Amino acid sequence: MTKQINLTIDGINISVEEGKTILEAARSLNIHVPTLCYHEDLCVAGNCRVCVVEQENVKNLPASCATPATEGMVIHTNSMKVRLARKHIVELLLSEHNADCTKCYKNKNCELQTLASQMLTGDHMFLDLVPDKKYTIDRFNTAIIKDDSRCIRCQRCVRTCEELQSVSALGVAYRGDKMKISTFFENPLFEVVCTNCGQCVNRCPTGALIERNYIDQVWDAIYDPTKHVVVQTAPAVRIALGEALGMAPGKIVTGKMVAALRRLGFDSVLDTDFTADLTIIEEGHELLSRLKKALVDKDPKTALPMATSCSPGWIKFIEHTFPEYLPNLSTCKSPQQMFGALTKTFYALKRKLDPKNIVSVSIMPCTAKKFEANRPEMRSSGYKDVDYVLTTRELGIMIKQVGLEFEALPEEHFDSFMGTSTGAAVIFGSTGGVMEAALRTVYEVVTGREVPFDGLNITPVRGTEGEVREATILIEKVKPEWRFLEGVELKCAVANGLAHAKTVMQNVRDGKANYHFIEIMACPGGCLGGGGQPIPTNRDIRSKRKSAIYEEDMGMPIRKSHENPEITAIYKDFLEKPLGHKSHELLHTHYTPRKRY
Amino acid sequence: MSDAKLKRVDLIFGEYSNVKYKVLADTLIRSNEEILKDLLDSGLRGRGGAGFPTGMKWKFTAETPGNEKYVVCNADEGEPGTFKDKEILTRVPRKVFSGMAICGKVIGAKKGFLYLRGEYKFLLPDLLKELDQYHEFSKQLGHDFSIEIRLGSGAYICGEESALFESMEGDRGEPRNKPPYPTTSGYLGKPTVINNVETFVNVLMIMRLGPDQYKKLGTTDSRGSKVFSVSGDTPIPGIYELELGMPLERFVDEFGDGDTKAVQVGGASGFCVPRKKFKDTVIGFEGVPTGGSMMLFNSSRSMYNVLHNYLEFFEEESCGQCTPCRVGCQQLRKGIVAVKKGDKKSVYLDQLMKLSESMKITAKCGLGQSVANSFSSIVNNFKEEMIY
Repeated sequence: MTKQINLTIDGINISVEEGKTILEAARSLNIHVPTLCYHEDLCVAGNCRVCVVEQENVKNLPASCATPATEGMVIHTNSMKVRLARKHIVELLLSEHNADCTKCYKNKNCELQTLASQMLTGDHMFLDLVPDKKYTIDRFNTAIIKDDSRCIRCQRCVRTCEELQSVSALGVAYRGDKMKISTFFENPLFEVVCTNCGQCVNRCPTGALIERNYIDQVWDAIYDPTKHVVVQTAPAVRIALGEALGMAPGKIVTGKMVAALRRLGFDSVLDTDFTADLTIIEEGHELLSRLKKALVDKDPKTALPMATSCSPGWIKFIEHTFPEYLPNLSTCKSPQQMFGALTKTFYALKRKLDPKNIVSVSIMPCTAKKFEANRPEMRSSGYKDVDYVLTTRELGIMIKQVGLEFEALPEEHFDSFMGTSTGAAVIFGSTGGVMEAALRTVYEVVTGREVPFDGLNITPVRGTEGEVREATILIEKVKPEWRFLEGVELKCAVANGLAHAKTVMQNVRDGKANYHFIEIMACPGGCLGGGGQPIPTNRDIRSKRKSAIYEEDMGMPIRKSHENPEITAIYKDFLEKPLGHKSHELLHTHYTPRKRY
Repeated sequence: MSDAKLKRVDLIFGEYSNVKYKVLADTLIRSNEEILKDLLDSGLRGRGGAGFPTGMKWKFTAETPGNEKYVVCNADEGEPGTFKDKEILTRVPRKVFSGMAICGKVIGAKKGFLYLRGEYKFLLPDLLKELDQYHEFSKQLGHDFSIEIRLGSGAYICGEESALFESMEGDRGEPRNKPPYPTTSGYLGKPTVINNVETFVNVLMIMRLGPDQYKKLGTTDSRGSKVFSVSGDTPIPGIYELELGMPLERFVDEFGDGDTKAVQVGGASGFCVPRKKFKDTVIGFEGVPTGGSMMLFNSSRSMYNVLHNYLEFFEEESCGQCTPCRVGCQQLRKGIVAVKKGDKKSVYLDQLMKLSESMKITAKCGLGQSVANSFSSIVNNFKEEMIY
């Protein structure tokens, strides 16, 4: 048992485990000490100093986030001294900050603004330093905008980029009054190793890091009578959108979301889950064909393990960091891009529309999808396959703009075609979901039987935050045409967060791991923790979203991608067969090696 | 006014033995307990400025469990007006290395580092020559303790011990959160003793003289002597080793130019003492402590300019990570400019004084915490110079 430490906070005695900080002790008493640089997902920086408290018989005010509780400590979280010091600190931050809040994208969702309003900062105590600063805005990127004039140098983004993602695109440059958050040689974000994952955006307390929003462009398209606007919604949006509209985390709002999208004026409300199922069919067959090449044809050039390719943050990461492993990536496009390509081909054909008049919009939990949609290779329909990518947050804003009372909306169903999906597609939104969905299909294709797991729940591959999940699935009693797989132990690895992706790839490179199939999602927890999801984020919120995803899966009448009737139909009517000619043209892609610097 | 001259001491630079590394050799055969006892008895406090009892620091580190420990000598002498470590390293580097080697023995470290200020690169060839000799002697003595020199790159903040470790580890020189202190988690997260150059020399001299004789110098709170860097309006600038605990008045009598209006004790991060307080000010831990810098200003100097200069220094040299220091320094400097120009009323100085107090109690490290020292002592004592 760990040692207990007794201390007093605001007159209340409390006992905490040794190693707990003053802040943690205070929170367990429901005493709210304000913080800015502190974030539960990150290591403690202790640099904003907003969380200072007074400790009796100690001259200085310790930062409660960074100071461990010690025996007999007497703490005051709101003494006169603390209040003045805290106010000074917030005033100092404001004096360096472009506090033109109504022009800020994060207006009303800004931690500095909240603190300032709580403290009634009013007339500023100190000189306005902003006019003397040569702040720059990096708006060259298609996904993320970095506005230094809004930055409070809390370094949450720096810690996110390094600790969670091991990308380190953002770092601290210069010192003193010139200290700023910057990139390698102060290059714009699009020229550095940034993967556009948006985790920094999720954790930025102010408007210094935000997504590039395409809300006005989408409105223009909706109001243009010559345009047919199609919208697709990713699996992880339906379990998080509620948060952006004031609901508690973990609420499934699929039906209300569909209703809202119709009311916003989209001509057709469809589901990315449909192409998630399609991805499974294509990617599953790709895996089987690679296994055959390796095991039967003994082709030494077969790239195994095969890695999933749904997560565009991961794609850019591997392009920069492990370019020699690009052949290992599945050539399948992400569900978003498959959907885009089919919208302006198959859907146009079926609905007798001219693809040039179709505007294809996607709602994604992701900022990297914005970059992905703008990749030059994502024009296989002859047009830009996905015109605009909006995050969950942007959709939340649009719903607020039209004044819809979201919670009062009825539950509606997706349109078809390309609106029917399965539970296998829903779980794409969580780490391990693509792996599980693929196994549900692959196992059945090979053996003719369902996966031998209770209720189709392949829990061993369900990823967990903060670790690499490894699992082995024994394939036995196969159909005759798959005899070469008899007795094969399919080795899988599941990782979420790029830091763990890096570990997996290093193990593969160093020969320490012998996987067949790896699933990687760039964001902690998978897409449910994506960079486009509602702010704030933390482990608790993400675990509620995760439960919602698996609940949605369990509630679906069909839970295996290959049983989706629309999937069967699209192969019959249009694509012919998995990995066929049309598939290659529309559903598969290639990758670009990139440099680290 | 007294005629007696201030007592000059010759501990630090004086010849202490004809035989090279004799004191080290003599000390290495003593027990750690004896050495620690002598150090604690001597009352030696760190010579970098903060004045933590050296014996305690070594004792804590020795008591921390661990096979891997380090000794670091902080030679990142960056405080404006201080240049004594340069002199020590030029004239008696052997004493420094010996002090570090003794520390290695006491705490159980096998490796020491001398973190040398980047601007002192020119000392490197001579230091390396002496280091070769040291390594030869330590081999002969059978003492497994090697020393390596690391160069800084010109950041003032890297003189702060935890920022220094970050710099040594190859990271950006930013102070760490404390606790943990270096005695439990220093360089590479291992227990580390980090002391100023002069402290290590003092250790050696205590080993040579014994604590009783050492204690004869100085006062109860400030044992021993101190090397002072005297600069500014003085006819005799330079390095002087003086007994601690002297009254500032006598210092000014001896070093001033007859028109001294203020002495900045301890550099930009120290205190400004005006003429009317010379009489009652003692230089030492019981009075105004100093890392060695003594800057004299005569009546031709504008204290506004002096303060502006210091604040400009801090504004640039803050690492920039914590709010009170990064923004506070900018506000203080711009604030006094605004008052001087009449853009702000003189009462704004009171606002700034409160701000400097907040900086003192909330900044993450000693840099931000000590800006208030010079700010409040100059503004309080020379308010009219700030306004008119």
